[in-house]
Amino acid sequence: MDFVSILSSDGRNLDTAVAPAYFADLNLDQVVRAIVGPKASYSLSPFFYTPLQTVGAVRFRQAIMQDVEQPDILAALNDFASQMRSVRVHLHGSEEASQAPAKRAWFLDAAGFYCGALQGLARALSEATITSTGLQEFRDYMAQHVDSLWFQDFHAELLRLRTELASVRYCLFIRGSAVTVRKYVGEVDYAVEVVDTFERFRQGDVKDYTVQFPEGLGMNHIEGQIATFVAKLYPELFTRLENFYQQYQNFMEPAIERFDREVQFYVAYVDYMTQFKKAGLTFCYPAVSHERQNVQATAAFDVALARKLIREGQSITCNDFHLKDPERVFVVSGPNQGGKTTFARMFGQLHYLASLGCPVPGRDAQLSLFDQIFTHFEREEHVEDLVGKLQDDLMRVRDILERATSNSIILLNEIFSSTSLEDAEFLAKQVLETIRHRGSLCVVVTFIDDLASLGGDVVSLVGTVLPNRPEVRTYQIVRRPADGLAYVLALAAKYHLTKDQLKERILS
Amino acid sequence: MKVHLMYRDQDFSPDEPLPVNYLDLEQDLGLGTLFAAMAQEDPFVHDVVRKGLLRSMTNVEAVLYRQHAVADCLGSPDVVREMYRLVVETLDTRRKNWLGLFPSHPSAIVHSAVEVLRLFTQSLMNLRTFADTDGHRFRSEGFTRFFTMLQQELDDAYFARIQEQLNHLAGPGVLVRAQLGCGHRGTNYTLVIDPPSDRHVLGRLFSRKVPGYTFHVDARDEGGHRTLTAMEDAGLNEAANALAQSSDHILAFFHRLKTELAFFVGCVNLHDQLVAKGEPWCMPEPLISDQRQRYCRGLYDMSLSLRLDGQVVGNDVEADGADLLIVTGANQGGKSTFLRSIGVSQLMMQAGMFVPADAFTANLCEGLFTHFRREEDATMNSGKLDDELRRMSSMADHITPNNLILFNESFASTNEREGAELFRQITDALLECHVQVVAVSHMYAYANAYYMQALSNVVFLRADRSRTFRLAPGRPLATSFGQDLYERIFHGGDRGEKLIWCERCSALRIARPRT
Repeated sequence: MDFVSILSSDGRNLDTAVAPAYFADLNLDQVVRAIVGPKASYSLSPFFYTPLQTVGAVRFRQAIMQDVEQPDILAALNDFASQMRSVRVHLHGSEEASQAPAKRAWFLDAAGFYCGALQGLARALSEATITSTGLQEFRDYMAQHVDSLWFQDFHAELLRLRTELASVRYCLFIRGSAVTVRKYVGEVDYAVEVVDTFERFRQGDVKDYTVQFPEGLGMNHIEGQIATFVAKLYPELFTRLENFYQQYQNFMEPAIERFDREVQFYVAYVDYMTQFKKAGLTFCYPAVSHERQNVQATAAFDVALARKLIREGQSITCNDFHLKDPERVFVVSGPNQGGKTTFARMFGQLHYLASLGCPVPGRDAQLSLFDQIFTHFEREEHVEDLVGKLQDDLMRVRDILERATSNSIILLNEIFSSTSLEDAEFLAKQVLETIRHRGSLCVVVTFIDDLASLGGDVVSLVGTVLPNRPEVRTYQIVRRPADGLAYVLALAAKYHLTKDQLKERILS
Repeated sequence: MKVHLMYRDQDFSPDEPLPVNYLDLEQDLGLGTLFAAMAQEDPFVHDVVRKGLLRSMTNVEAVLYRQHAVADCLGSPDVVREMYRLVVETLDTRRKNWLGLFPSHPSAIVHSAVEVLRLFTQSLMNLRTFADTDGHRFRSEGFTRFFTMLQQELDDAYFARIQEQLNHLAGPGVLVRAQLGCGHRGTNYTLVIDPPSDRHVLGRLFSRKVPGYTFHVDARDEGGHRTLTAMEDAGLNEAANALAQSSDHILAFFHRLKTELAFFVGCVNLHDQLVAKGEPWCMPEPLISDQRQRYCRGLYDMSLSLRLDGQVVGNDVEADGADLLIVTGANQGGKSTFLRSIGVSQLMMQAGMFVPADAFTANLCEGLFTHFRREEDATMNSGKLDDELRRMSSMADHITPNNLILFNESFASTNEREGAELFRQITDALLECHVQVVAVSHMYAYANAYYMQALSNVVFLRADRSRTFRLAPGRPLATSFGQDLYERIFHGGDRGEKLIWCERCSALRIARPRT
């Protein structure tokens, strides 16, 4: 029985994937960095670059993720990972060693960790309750492998070699430039004798006179010569070690090696969710669909922002949203710094994470699978950019409109804000009309109030403020008609930039 | 020995702080291109011209002093480059010869210091040769004084004295003075030399002929020889210190000279490139900072020109007595480019340099600030408008009267009515505090409000639809040209066509007008 991949039933290679264009706009680059960062050695990023296209593929992963969330399984996977890391470290040490005896010693240790890793995981999985098809198949494969004759032989010889090597003793006799290596024949420790002799004088601690020498990585030629002589003292044992080294050069099973890396996709995500759960936030497994349907989420949040706020000890505002078919477009207006952009990001993040088969931030959610996501967020005006800003905006939007389908998600953040009010209105309406006809799922963040009242499939959302303190944002985005208040002068006062305040500051 | 080529009465110190907003200036004005062109891949020149340009002079006299020195350099570029190369090579050689920072033996310090001092002496001689052969070609106060100083301070007798002192250490044996210390052990070992008056008569033999007793340490007595060496080292200690300190003093002089020459090399490099491109330049006429004058012909964006192969379009400005210059008009009509050319030329003038224009007169400013639109704050702290207000607020703490502030599409990240109101409050406050403002804005509500007041201290420029990138005096117009661009980008500019959704073919279609 073979096992291919824990990430998909078809086992396709994801390593060539690159981050989608919209990653930075949605702060998904930060999200993925935060997820994979603690697991840097596994190069997990490509796994997070490929959204799944079918409901089946998403459910395959969701089921595994639910299993991995079980504490006993998670602990077993972490043990396994840690031992496999030791395997790699010791194999690397073996390859790097320049002296033959060192190569054998490192190799034997690597093999020891490998046996421990496999037996430990096989035992833990056999005792756990596993519901996902993916992990069940791996468990069966693992059990079979550990029971195989090959593995049993490998393990038995490993244990015998280890025990016998641990009992080897030898002596060095050095005179001037001469060093003699010989068998140990029962001499006692001089240091132990000395300590014993003077034990009666001992009174409390004294200064430590031992010198710390930096430990070299490799064996030098003197040490190498000595080890070679020791091997000559015990020829039978070292011949067996040599045979073991030759025979089991490729002991690592490719499917297990692949599993070791790929399962970290789940482990990393489960670890990532922990910090949010500690802060009282929840994740859920969203219902996903290909069909045009209702889209909704409860108590959702922007994971990138929430992570930052948690670290700063600040509170996080969750938001609900729903689009009831045939509604397809959110137009978000309201005060600046009211969470509008965050809402658009959150909408994109939820859909993206769902498409990876991951739980999404929120209490419950129903989300659409998409063919593509398009974003247009304000970009910095680069001096090098000789094309006018507006032209650039228009080209990018045209590009989006040419490629978007009814299965696409489009997120537009303050488009055309670099042009006049009149132009911005004209252009934004043209673009939104096209998107409506296309039927894409869309969030438009805008200061142009008129956009919110275009038609039945367009839903107006407004960022709210405290009624009596306009400069205080609640970061709640609610479903209601646009009210045209941007509270901008209250904001100016907050920064001490009203005319009188500013004069006072300059002249003081 | 003061260098004082850049300032009449002070050193140019690379360690002084840059203006608080230097990062904004560099980013907004695209100064990186200018620095790179001046540096020609010399990182040291890059660092110096950067600091020289960002640390504006605010005094007309100081600007003119530097301008004259720069003009001298443009007239004799080879001399400036040769002197710079000499100093650089000297410092490089010294670095290679200097034995680490903390040699443990005075004898090692002496050895190293003597080597370096010989090197420095040779370079100082070469430097004076420049003064002798090329000094007459320089007319500016700065360079004239510098060359005269070299000739007076570094005459032949002086070099002879240095040689003699360095040679003394190469002689056989070491003469050490000591005192009796605790238990009559020798202490305060000090290296001594015969007095100059005795030296020529009796030479060094004099001190050797002083009667005395001699003993020998056995060749096999290793301990004895170690002791003698220790005394020698003790004696050399003060001498080593003096030599090393002297070499450090000269080192500092070379460092200062390298720094100031680097600035002029940067100017010469830039000048060569402009001449090669056929771009115009001129020495600006600086006016005191509380005057209000800006007269330019053919003012162009230096950074833009350096990035392009051909020449760029220049603009003419006549803004006599203007506190506020408002630039409106078509997108992609050269507004940002113009604004950058104002900022860059101001910095160049206040660094004593030539400016990218056919003719240029302007008042100095006591501080230059830029407020350009930026990408949304990536740390998610706040929205764009907050970010803009926060940047304005952090500037406000440093703005003083007679500063110059350049706004590029500021406060447009909220709707136009409110953005304009906010911007007007800020502009009004600045004007009333005698701060000079240049504002690029497409907000009609903002620009028109000033136009309607018909103020004598406000000047309007407009980017035109013709897309020649040339600005002309002109009142704000009610619209930008977004529709125009939209037509062009979405369907080739054919007027009357409309972009529509075609239900039958599920695609965007261009509908032609019925004729």
